[in-house]
Amino acid sequence: METTVTKKTERLIGKPIRRREDPRLITGTATYVEDIELPGMHYAAVVRSPHPAADIKGIDTRAAEQHPGVVAVYTGKDIDHLGAVPCGISLPDLRIPHHHLLAQDRVYYVGHPVAVVVAGDRYIAADAVDLVEVEYEPTDSVSEPEEALEAGAPAVHAEWPDNVAFTHHQEGGDIEKAFAEADVIVKERIVSQRLAPSAMEPRGTVASWNSGDETLTVYSSTQIPHILRTLMAGVLGLPEHKLRVIAPEVGGGFGSKCELYPEEALTAFIAMKIGKPVKWVLTRRDEFLATIHGRGHIDYYELAAKKDGTMLGLRVKIIQDVGSFHMLLTPAMPTLSVLMLPGLYRFKNVHADVVGVFTHRMATDLYRGAGRPEATHGIERMVEVLAAELKMDPVELRIKNFVPPSDFPYDTPMGVSYDSGNYKAILEKAVETVGYSQLRQEQQEARRQGRLMGIGIATYGEICAFGPSPALPTGGWESATVKIEPSGQVTVMTGVSPHGQGSQTTFSQIAADELGVDIDDIVVTHGDTSTVQHGVGTFGSRNTAVGGTALVLAIRELKEKIETYGAMLLESDDVTYGAGVCTCNKTGKTVTLGEIAMTSWTGPTYPANTQPGLVATNYWEPPNFAFPFGAHIVVSEVDPDTGEVAISRYLAVDDCGKVINPLLVDGQVHGGVAQGLGQALYEQVVYDDTGQLVTGEYMDYALPKAAMVPTIETDRTETPSPVNPLGVKGVGEAGTIAASPAVVNSVVDALSHLGVRHIDMPLTPEKIWKLVQQGGSA
Amino acid sequence: MKTQINVCINGQERTDEVESRLLLIHYLREVVGLKGPHIGCETSICGACTVALNGKTVKSCALLAVQADGQDIVTVEGLATDGQLHPVQEAFWNEHGLQCGFCTPGMLMTTRELIERNPDPTDEEIRHGLEGNLCRCTGYQHIVNAVKSAAAKVGG
Ligand code: FES
Ligand code: FES
Repeated sequence: METTVTKKTERLIGKPIRRREDPRLITGTATYVEDIELPGMHYAAVVRSPHPAADIKGIDTRAAEQHPGVVAVYTGKDIDHLGAVPCGISLPDLRIPHHHLLAQDRVYYVGHPVAVVVAGDRYIAADAVDLVEVEYEPTDSVSEPEEALEAGAPAVHAEWPDNVAFTHHQEGGDIEKAFAEADVIVKERIVSQRLAPSAMEPRGTVASWNSGDETLTVYSSTQIPHILRTLMAGVLGLPEHKLRVIAPEVGGGFGSKCELYPEEALTAFIAMKIGKPVKWVLTRRDEFLATIHGRGHIDYYELAAKKDGTMLGLRVKIIQDVGSFHMLLTPAMPTLSVLMLPGLYRFKNVHADVVGVFTHRMATDLYRGAGRPEATHGIERMVEVLAAELKMDPVELRIKNFVPPSDFPYDTPMGVSYDSGNYKAILEKAVETVGYSQLRQEQQEARRQGRLMGIGIATYGEICAFGPSPALPTGGWESATVKIEPSGQVTVMTGVSPHGQGSQTTFSQIAADELGVDIDDIVVTHGDTSTVQHGVGTFGSRNTAVGGTALVLAIRELKEKIETYGAMLLESDDVTYGAGVCTCNKTGKTVTLGEIAMTSWTGPTYPANTQPGLVATNYWEPPNFAFPFGAHIVVSEVDPDTGEVAISRYLAVDDCGKVINPLLVDGQVHGGVAQGLGQALYEQVVYDDTGQLVTGEYMDYALPKAAMVPTIETDRTETPSPVNPLGVKGVGEAGTIAASPAVVNSVVDALSHLGVRHIDMPLTPEKIWKLVQQGGSA
Repeated sequence: MKTQINVCINGQERTDEVESRLLLIHYLREVVGLKGPHIGCETSICGACTVALNGKTVKSCALLAVQADGQDIVTVEGLATDGQLHPVQEAFWNEHGLQCGFCTPGMLMTTRELIERNPDPTDEEIRHGLEGNLCRCTGYQHIVNAVKSAAAKVGG
């Protein structure tokens, strides 16, 4: 057999190479869940509650069952022996209601799955949904978390009439002293509204049961195939090794596919029941109803400071709207906010109280940023409120309070250690690039002309690269296997499960550099629990920092073995491997990686104490998180006649540690910013007073379109993380975290001379117009 | 009730018996087997299902298969010819105009018509031209770059 590996000297890390995943995506040949066809496929469709709270008095499935083409209808009683939808978090006083796959005798939110219909045709399944007669007796519901906390509010779960799902307290330093010593205390109620993650590919699952060997194959649009397998095996009562989970092409997730959803397990259950493959895919309407929502915070902030601007302490009360059930990580969201409350500032006194509240709504959980955008929005708003109070420039105020570069690693009062950073440098870079002082002059001029121009600054620090295992119920490590095939080609199997991040590309770059082989000789695979070693998955900006490190370490281990084989073939014990060849340091003779690989697999002889083959697997446990940071500056103008906000400049200067592929980093920043800006200006999930979801389609939910997003200028500083050998931090969530405060700060700044100090998101034209009309007082 | 339709899809004539309520997107995906056009909303907002009908971009979730009778359809699978990527495909690849790729088939089809009608579009014209196509991943900037670069290639 011929060896095809080409040696390579050019380094690829840091180069903007175009993506390896794109050819299949631009030709329409990628396979998403809905594209999977199996012989005898059946279709499942879910009957959902139209009420936020009701007792189920009876379900009549006869008409649906008799409908031609319908194979089966299942209701709560058919699945009550199965496990509950899992919550993976433990907190001391966490209350976890039993979350059945289908409602039993009550429904708890609009969209709650009540029954599932199965047919051989998707249209017939949809028709039959309407034939299931459910008799409901509606009861009082409560939709707003603060109302749910009031005495006498309807209880979401009868056993917990106060609607408290959990509480959490964390503090550092001496908050009483900080507030006693303060010259000024600024206070604000800040809301981070519910959002729909809204991956363009709706969730979906295909399940196929092999009754001969009793194995189940599940294709699911998931970010966590390995974890999903463990969880689903538990729910179904199936031995885990009989279950194979495959995440095929996944069309975005943003945290919303980091779950075991009831419908995923139901699809599997039905496939086992009817012995036929079953496909279930959400409609967009059901996606809005029954996919987790993000954010859902009402926060009360108090910031204490000296009159010279020195920040002393922060007291925060967080009210987290949980919805009616916990999903996998729901209670963790506000605890993550708490970790990032101090932002980039060096005050040591923080006091945080969290209360999670049950409401008659869909659950909240991970959505891009997951707890950190709320915290960053809060502190970056409060800094602006303080600056206004003290009549200080917000740039100056920030710089005065930043953790200085000499203090890293920096132990925060919230018990985490920021790995590395230079906050002053990045803000100064942003200020200089945007021409800050010039802009302030323009603003003066604009005001003289009666125009409402604003300059918004937001700096952020982010906890990511999840993470050390004590912080995660799943374990926080990640895995990689590297195999050099007999022909010399390289196969990488990673435990992460990218769905748009481009990790097949970045991991190929890393492997190409580490092994010194051509990138075309590398294939990166992921997402199939039968072919890939156990892994954790993709969330929390962890792919490159954690998964990439496992890859580097696996390759480093493999290189030692390559040299052992090289030494045997070169008959020397002084050899070095690099750029695809092993070289004898004495004679200069070489042997290629291809030759070494072939020998390692086919012999005839092997080095002493060395196993045949070139395969290495690494499971890497990170010693710490990584903490990217950055400064975003927004210039906006408010139209006083319409209340509309126009953004004329958006500058993002980010530091995500070492950059593997600048093209992809820019893409992550752009996409992240668009989502944060979407929250700031346009998006919100709305339930009305009766608990009905008002924003149930794209007609009602303002997902940013191209013309609603400005051009984003990007720049970077590069402070390597000492936490991993690649020096990378993470960039998946950074843009989202920075954008909402940057945009809101710019609009508040535009209206500051009217006395406006804070506006809650989204900054709808109506809201802004009213403020302008009322001269600033809402 | 089934109706016979004759269509030309990506240059190939075919005849099928379809239910009158069958959406064009389901016909393409499930009867013809073209999985390129995607379903993101079924309410003619997201544009993931965009195809060309007689050269004009349409949302195939907003049409019935029977409405396509006697007409010419091009899907993303029909963009490349003789193994050569269409300039629009090349441009999206070069400019990193996609991440998860779910919106991409629709974006490509819309872009093809956009630059045909306006060979030298401004950023603003591009952003407005893409109004019918949602992307949750890219923030659109690399898509705008891709459209510009495709226009330059096709026009120049
Ligand atoms: S699926 Fe047709 S526009 Fe969304
Ligand atoms: S690339 Fe994911 S929706 Fe556009």
